[in-house]
Amino acid sequence: MPASTVDRVSEVPELLPVGFVSVLRSLGLNIPIGSVITFQQALGKVGLDKREGVYWAGRTTLITDPEIIPVYDQAFQMFWEGFIDIPEEITPSVQRVTLVTDDDTELDDGETKETQPDGEIINLRYSPSEVLRNKDFALYTPEELAEAYELMQRIKLIGGLRTSRRKLSSKSKSKHPDIRRTIKASLRTDGEPIRQAFFEKGQRLRRVVFLLDVSGSMEAYARALIRFVQAAVVGRRQVEVFTLGTRLTRVTRELSSRDLDSAIVAASSAVQDWSGGTKLGETLRTFNNEWGQRGIARGSVVVILSDGWDRGESSVMSEQMQRLQRVSHKIIWVNPLKASPGYEPLAQGMAAALPYIDRFVEGHSLDSLTNLATLLSDEKGLF
Amino acid sequence: MGSDLPNTPEEVIKGLADLGYLASQGLGTSLFLSLSLGRPLFLEGDPGVGKTEVAKTLSKCLDTDLIRLQCYEGLDISQALYEWDYTKQLLHLRTAEATGRASQINERDLADEIYNERFLVKRPLLQAISQSSQTPPVLLIDEIDRADDEFEAFLLELLSEYSVTIPEVGTFSASKPPIVIVTSNRTRDVHDALKRRCLYHWVEHPDFDREVMIIRSRVPEVTEPFAKQVAAAVEQVRQLDLYKPPGVAESIDWAIALGRLGSLSLDEATMLSTMGALVKYREDQMRLQNHGIPELLEKALARAG
Repeated sequence: MPASTVDRVSEVPELLPVGFVSVLRSLGLNIPIGSVITFQQALGKVGLDKREGVYWAGRTTLITDPEIIPVYDQAFQMFWEGFIDIPEEITPSVQRVTLVTDDDTELDDGETKETQPDGEIINLRYSPSEVLRNKDFALYTPEELAEAYELMQRIKLIGGLRTSRRKLSSKSKSKHPDIRRTIKASLRTDGEPIRQAFFEKGQRLRRVVFLLDVSGSMEAYARALIRFVQAAVVGRRQVEVFTLGTRLTRVTRELSSRDLDSAIVAASSAVQDWSGGTKLGETLRTFNNEWGQRGIARGSVVVILSDGWDRGESSVMSEQMQRLQRVSHKIIWVNPLKASPGYEPLAQGMAAALPYIDRFVEGHSLDSLTNLATLLSDEKGLF
Repeated sequence: MGSDLPNTPEEVIKGLADLGYLASQGLGTSLFLSLSLGRPLFLEGDPGVGKTEVAKTLSKCLDTDLIRLQCYEGLDISQALYEWDYTKQLLHLRTAEATGRASQINERDLADEIYNERFLVKRPLLQAISQSSQTPPVLLIDEIDRADDEFEAFLLELLSEYSVTIPEVGTFSASKPPIVIVTSNRTRDVHDALKRRCLYHWVEHPDFDREVMIIRSRVPEVTEPFAKQVAAAVEQVRQLDLYKPPGVAESIDWAIALGRLGSLSLDEATMLSTMGALVKYREDQMRLQNHGIPELLEKALARAG
């Protein structure tokens, strides 16, 4: 830019920025080449003589999310300060979701009957999806799961609309005259406002926030439900996904990849507490503090997919649910256990949460998920 | 600092400090790089950490204009970029008609008259681009996360070309690109492409010593020992696991409130009556009281020394 700025170092050897970035990339960060060039220019401006300068030049040009600052700090130590000894494992060894997707399986392929233990052959030959529709996810065989995933992708999640501030021009007469367009049109008629223009209030998708419980007790369902949530992320805008367990993880980005299977793998590796313990109330608090209150939950439909088992104190749970209720538009709780005969919401967390929930629904089978999708899309009924 | 741009991060920090804004080393470096590389700066951070204030102070420091675009849902071109002044255009047409001038000149000339820069209402983005002062203006695009995501795409184009074409008039190009500061509260993710176009800085809450300095420079009537007490108390309050822990903006408000009341030292009664400036949720106020204000103050006073 301006001539007054003196370049402290006219040439920074490319090897330095490139080397540093390769360390960052090896830690799993995605850094485009453009940023590397900017980083090199930035180093030229601040010079290499001070640790602070190099540190901030890198942070300001290479990082775009506060969450990855710890990774950056670690890489910085490794590369610039020679700490090769890595104290903690960087890529968490997570249990990955094993995917049994078989794209060749057609839905009305009679062969799948062999995997059915209950022997309802006639039903199956007709359409395996019929049987699957009501079956509990926990009882699925891997093959059936694969089929269910296929079906889930067809569940269309559209709705939840709200009035937007954006105004749309209207063809017909409405309550709201559009002065600007009226005057503009009158220019064509020598300034006589002959044609009146109108606008109507536009509509926008209401944000949907999924909070998916990935604790041990939800294991049988979480893997199926994440597919459903993924279908929502890919199919519609304004969707956010978090996993709850012993900690809160945001997986919206991981799930939004078009490559469905690798998206699930990416999301699962981001979640470090898969099948761990449950601190539902505590994690909800983290959600409220870090995301909910700030705006992600404001005016949104919050869908909690959980069995409501919480090892923490129930007062925490009810307090956090109350907070969530105050900022959100509606809260839907999807509990896979609800369908079991004789189920009562007695689990500590569930009982504490119940007073703040707008809809309490099942989520154990494809059918119940289809119902959920309908519920979410129904802007006239509930929303 | 005049019209020259600073040469080192330290110069930026000093320039801002002279005007009462105490920037951290990180923020100073980011601002310096943004100025010297001519790239927009993207600031994210909790509400109340002083993101908007940076832009204001920077414009004063560089002795240039601040042009602010507050984003909101439904923000469109006519609010962000330009609009024609239809009423004036109409008036002009009518005058031409009434004086009989309209029949003397041809239609095209008349249209040219109406679609003249004279009738153009420049909104913030066009103002920032068409200004030709010695030092480019500071363009503050505030709370981009509130605007629709379509607006981001438009902004991305603007920030790479720094030129705008208005069909009736022609192309406006910035002689010097404006100094752009974009802020976000992270209520939603801003598109990566836009972030990549910018330098990025996450604004942290200040540490104790810096907070004392900030209070001192913003609220001069408060003495040094008292400022320390205030900062120490705020530090304690932040540890209480509140819904909305107080930011620097709240510390300053609180110090001002205490200053107006003529307090010389913190005690329970003063804290109770002024709590509203610091903690703004009912639950948080309850939590603060349940925690025990005397105990909290005791710790704070010990920390302040």
